[in-house]
Amino acid sequence: MTPLLVAEGVHKRYGHEEVLKGIDMQVAEGEVLCLIGPSGSGKSTFLRCINHLEKIDAGRIVVAGELIGYRERRGRLHEMHERDVCRQRAAIGMVFQRFNLFPHMTALENVIEAPVKVKGEARADAIGRGRALLARVGLAAKESAYPSRLSGGQQQRVAIARALAMQPRLMLFDEPTSALDPELVDEVLEVMRGLAADGMTMIVVTHEMAFARDAGHRVAFMDGGVIVEQGPPAEVLARPQHERTRSFLARLLAADR
Amino acid sequence: MSRPADARVVPLRRPWLWLSSTIVVALGAWLAVSIWRNPHINHAAVVQFQFVPAILKGLRTTVVLALAAALIGSVLGVLLAVMRLSRSAVLRLGSGGYTWLLRGTPLLVQILIWGNLGLLFQHIGPFETNAVLTPFVASVVALGLNEGAYMSEVVRAGVLAVDRGQVDAAHALGMSNALAMRRIILPQALRVIIPPAGNQFISLLKATSLVSVIAGGDLLTAAQNISSANLLTIELMLVATFWYLVLTTITSVGQFFVERRLARAGTGLRG
Repeated sequence: MTPLLVAEGVHKRYGHEEVLKGIDMQVAEGEVLCLIGPSGSGKSTFLRCINHLEKIDAGRIVVAGELIGYRERRGRLHEMHERDVCRQRAAIGMVFQRFNLFPHMTALENVIEAPVKVKGEARADAIGRGRALLARVGLAAKESAYPSRLSGGQQQRVAIARALAMQPRLMLFDEPTSALDPELVDEVLEVMRGLAADGMTMIVVTHEMAFARDAGHRVAFMDGGVIVEQGPPAEVLARPQHERTRSFLARLLAADR
Repeated sequence: MSRPADARVVPLRRPWLWLSSTIVVALGAWLAVSIWRNPHINHAAVVQFQFVPAILKGLRTTVVLALAAALIGSVLGVLLAVMRLSRSAVLRLGSGGYTWLLRGTPLLVQILIWGNLGLLFQHIGPFETNAVLTPFVASVVALGLNEGAYMSEVVRAGVLAVDRGQVDAAHALGMSNALAMRRIILPQALRVIIPPAGNQFISLLKATSLVSVIAGGDLLTAAQNISSANLLTIELMLVATFWYLVLTTITSVGQFFVERRLARAGTGLRG
């Protein structure tokens, strides 16, 4: 079976600084991949390249058989029309570190906005599905609450429901629990575990090693714009092969104590 | 010794606050009395001309002028702000140049130019300039275009105040730039835009008086037409003053309620 995501030689520069120095990566349908690594290692940037929030400078990213952001013609990559980029993004869900809920809309309005305005779904249908999604993340009672009235954990769960409302084939999580108070982390991870159990394909940038260990199928360690090593969580986290991985994990453990 | 619960708080004495307040009241009273008791003012005339048809017609023209110019200014302001924030250097320069030109020259000069455009171009397309650009139309155009330059800065500040993450979230959901602007960015920018836009509208209401130089038919033109005939200059200025204050007061009250309504929804602003 062809993988859902194929990245080949992805390069990204900000000015003179090269943030991604050739990322090769494959993610199978239904797989949960956890990206770990120190801050500034390029993991969030790579995630943002997958749905073309960042343009790449070289390489290619293919999701579900479609080249993201570009069209290949006679050996050259041409930038896509905005309309096509939007269509591709609509099939890829993304959850942000700082939630980024729309503050002028209620929880339910946040969830149904894109299905109605982007996909052209009938409002009544979208409301029905939106309520079901809010129930799924445990927030059925909060549908008419504005984000400012919700805790960080609740906001992030609404954000997950909002992404799911577009029925994505792939979900990207950019440090989804890093901005949360410690006691709110678990309720979000619980929802993500449920998604993983339902077979959603997920790429999760995270510092939560416990989640990577028991919910991830694979862990990839990034540092300095490259993937240093990857493999099953039990191997990478317990018996890292590379010195850089070892020192990163040691520092993380020391910080936890 | 008394128990702590019985101890009373004695406020600090503030003699300077009392003195300055007394001076303010005295000055206000003196101003009111000096107008009220002034033998050179024909008070009956002020009351008499307050509601004459010519004044009311001028008042209506002033309101229509201000509303039309505000509408043109708002649409133009959003357009110019989007251009200013665009990726194209040409659009950015075009918007910047427009703002530079219209904010950098006196509104009075702009009104005179629009009012006398017939001297520069006899025809606009197939039409005769003076037939198209009546004093009223010239006034609306001059005020609206000028308002657009100021509104573009107000809108731009509002758009920039919206968190960058909102655009990311909108794009990630598959929204186009235009849709994200309309549904996500502008509604949030409105909270920042409304207070200065209200001030802008109050300035505009008063600036409509400048079109009296091209006989724009506004409130001040009407008042001057009457006073040039009966020589009751101050009286008719007081008539106009009263109506301008009524208009700006209504605007302020409206602004207050709009701001309170917008404050009810959550905040998405930085800081």
